[in-house]
Amino acid sequence: MPLLWLLLLILALSVAGFVLGRGRALASAGGDSRLLHSLPVYYGSNAFMKSVVPASGLLILWMLVQPLVLENRISGMIPQSEIAEGSSMGLVMSEVRRTAEGLDNAVAAGAMRAEDAFSPTADTAGITQALKDAGQVVTSEISPAMLRAAQAYRQMSASSGLLMSIAVLVVAAAGAAWGIRESGRDFRARNVVEQGILAILIAAASVAILTTIGIILSLIFNTVEFFRLYPAADFFTLLEWAPSFSGRGGASSLGILPLLWGTIYISIVALLVAVPIGLFSAIYLSEYASARVRGIAKPLLEILAGIPTIVYGLFALLTIGPMLVSVFGNEGLGWMGGGRSVMTAGIAMGIMLIPFVSSLSDDIINAVPQSLRDGSYGLGATRSETIRQVVLPAALPGIVGAILLAASRAIGETMIVVLGAGAAARLSLNPFEAMTTVTAKIVSQLTGDSDFASPEALVAFALGITLFVLTLGLNVFALYIVRKYREQYE
Amino acid sequence: MTDATTPVTPRSKKSVSLTSPDARTQKRKAAEARFRMYGIAGIATGIFCLIVLLTSILASGTGAFQQTFISVQVYLDPAKLDKKGNRDPADIAKVSTFGYTPLIQQAVFDAVQQAGIETPLTRSKDMKALISASAAAQVRDVVIADPTLIGETIGFRILASSRVDGYLKDRVMREDVARDKNIDAEHLDLVDALVPLGIVEKTFNMDFITGADASESRAEAAGIGVAMMGSFFMMLVVLVLSLPIGVAASIYLEEFAPKNRWTDLIEVNIANLAAVPSIVFGILGLAVFIQFMHLPQSAPLVGGLVLTLMTLPTIIISTRASLKAVPPSIRDAALGVGASKMQAVFHHVLPLAAPGILTGTIIGLAQALGETAPLLLIGMVGFIASNAPDGIASGLLDPNSAMPAQIYEWAKRADPAFYERAWGGIIILLVFLISMNTLAVILRRRFERRW
Repeated sequence: MPLLWLLLLILALSVAGFVLGRGRALASAGGDSRLLHSLPVYYGSNAFMKSVVPASGLLILWMLVQPLVLENRISGMIPQSEIAEGSSMGLVMSEVRRTAEGLDNAVAAGAMRAEDAFSPTADTAGITQALKDAGQVVTSEISPAMLRAAQAYRQMSASSGLLMSIAVLVVAAAGAAWGIRESGRDFRARNVVEQGILAILIAAASVAILTTIGIILSLIFNTVEFFRLYPAADFFTLLEWAPSFSGRGGASSLGILPLLWGTIYISIVALLVAVPIGLFSAIYLSEYASARVRGIAKPLLEILAGIPTIVYGLFALLTIGPMLVSVFGNEGLGWMGGGRSVMTAGIAMGIMLIPFVSSLSDDIINAVPQSLRDGSYGLGATRSETIRQVVLPAALPGIVGAILLAASRAIGETMIVVLGAGAAARLSLNPFEAMTTVTAKIVSQLTGDSDFASPEALVAFALGITLFVLTLGLNVFALYIVRKYREQYE
Repeated sequence: MTDATTPVTPRSKKSVSLTSPDARTQKRKAAEARFRMYGIAGIATGIFCLIVLLTSILASGTGAFQQTFISVQVYLDPAKLDKKGNRDPADIAKVSTFGYTPLIQQAVFDAVQQAGIETPLTRSKDMKALISASAAAQVRDVVIADPTLIGETIGFRILASSRVDGYLKDRVMREDVARDKNIDAEHLDLVDALVPLGIVEKTFNMDFITGADASESRAEAAGIGVAMMGSFFMMLVVLVLSLPIGVAASIYLEEFAPKNRWTDLIEVNIANLAAVPSIVFGILGLAVFIQFMHLPQSAPLVGGLVLTLMTLPTIIISTRASLKAVPPSIRDAALGVGASKMQAVFHHVLPLAAPGILTGTIIGLAQALGETAPLLLIGMVGFIASNAPDGIASGLLDPNSAMPAQIYEWAKRADPAFYERAWGGIIILLVFLISMNTLAVILRRRFERRW
């Protein structure tokens, strides 16, 4: 049964529950709603909720668990010999899924007869040919074991789907019936409904925790898998990044150090651009500027923060890169080979971070109490002396925190480095050379892949967990500095 | 004290007036002015960067909204298009675009001859360089839709090749043509002669806004319309999921949550999620939604789910701020007349906080609309989404691209003609972002209440 119909049926059942529950409650009070414990609508909502929530919960759970169970059952059917050299269970399983889908589609399109497609003794060459003729994707000859697995797969998934529809509908109907039965004049419907709503609110708030758990689990599982295929010591210590392209053989060297160096180098360039500009802007805006100038300049700077990173990436690739090449390239100083380099990406990223640094520092400088400034002025200090010797030291922890947050932003930035920094991993000091970063390599190792079995694809998860830990660490450290060294006024 | 014995160092021979500043004061004043200048320079640099960015977007992108077309009369030769002469649609559909190309080349050649332009290009095949590779498909679609046209001469406005287009937009220079095997200087002379006659003309390019992406060799036919639909469906998912979840989570945290470990954990989590790099959400989407749950790759549904998780912290933070802004007296009054806590929140606090929630949601959506990195990982690049989805289900589940992913795709291609498209795409993306943010500002101004 299509999912949409199932959802509509659940909704219909629960709406029926609402109407009947409300009606029954009113009837029990003889039509006089003043005699009821709660407003009539709560009796209806009670039945509605008892029907919708468990049913959709079951639906989601089933859809999450079903692929796991099926996978488990089917993979038992495939002999170890089926798994070709360089392949893996995951690849074979997706082949099985594809074949099963192909069979269904071919039968639906009338290209095959159902009894041919689903008979256990069907001849595999004929079926492969028929599938190809029907325009279904078949990568290789289907072996008998594969065909049986595919047939079992589609049968199991079909019966499991049917079972799921029945179970979900039964739960929905039972919930509605329960809600209706309860509806009577003394039933405390409002309290029950409010308890239910509270539970839903808590569940919504827990999505944040689920997301974090999801991130951590997906990173850890795949990273462990990666370290099983590739030694962890090499990953952390090798000075070379040279993935061999999967299928061509040859060992890859997957050392993270060149990538980390590229990441840090580009971030340093970005901070060298963003921090002075952002900090001086913040100082001017909060200490010198008239309200009018502030009202114009601050939003203008903040436009930079609202521009998507892909725009900065394109700006780096097509504007900053050629501009730098015309000065430092072969026709100029001869330091730069191509448009993509650490400087290209760093400058674009720096521009992106200006508003980040400036608005955070602005808030922090504004939080320094006026009395400190007044005291300094009273002693005869000029404005700039007050700022340098009183305001900035007081605001320093906050500003350091802001810079660390900007650094974490720079490390995690992807689009600018993918477009502007280049693809070659290098350990070099020349900022006009192309280098690459952790994020850029995550993108290049994972795009277009759906099955991750090779260390070349799985390494992206190890890179991801490094990135996650690095940015999280910087954020926590920034918060720690701000909390620890914050001056307490009043 | 020894004051009396220390020799008084003579400061200067001249007597100093109080009104004229001494050297130290001058130094301090100069330092003051310098410091101030640094500040102004900082702001000026920031604004200068903004101006350079915006001008380079506008200067390089406006070209994408114009396209060069060639208006010709094409004779739909029955001998080529319908060899059997029975006008059977099935037979006509068998004629591939290769059958149409000579007809179009002939038509352009005839137009040149009629106009009496002298050119060293004497064969109709020489016109190939002027015509887009998609022109044949354009003519073929018209013929298949109405086979009775065969044998007649029909006026077409076909796409010119991207080199001709680039020449009229000053992207392709005459100096570069010598190294270009796709077009020669003679072709450019011909184009120069055809422009005054109105046969070749540059007009507004609606296809860029509504059309689909095209293959690597046909930059002139690429459009962003289908990717726009992909973005639209993703935003639909984000809105439908993140608004209710975000609001529910904020209500719980702001109004009901007791001070305990669990609440603290949730708060810390939300703060951290807001700082997690977007690419990590892409990894999450790839591992959980595609690897584990086997949702279709490249589907806007998956993109929407990933972006939902990304926008949730933004929406929660802004919703909590606007819930906090509703004064406690409102809650007290509601509780005082006998409402339950839940009723006080849902009937009184939430409606008063609604404008702020709406503003935060729009800003969160704008952020999600421009996000690219997670989309690369779940496969929304690298293929050509050629057809606009024809329903909600296909819009959510069929492979599609999204605006920023499409821009990235164009930026990666080798032909500079695609760069113009990428900048043009950015203009469209920014128009969306600016209108969303303006809407948010207007809503805030219009409905904001000060208590």
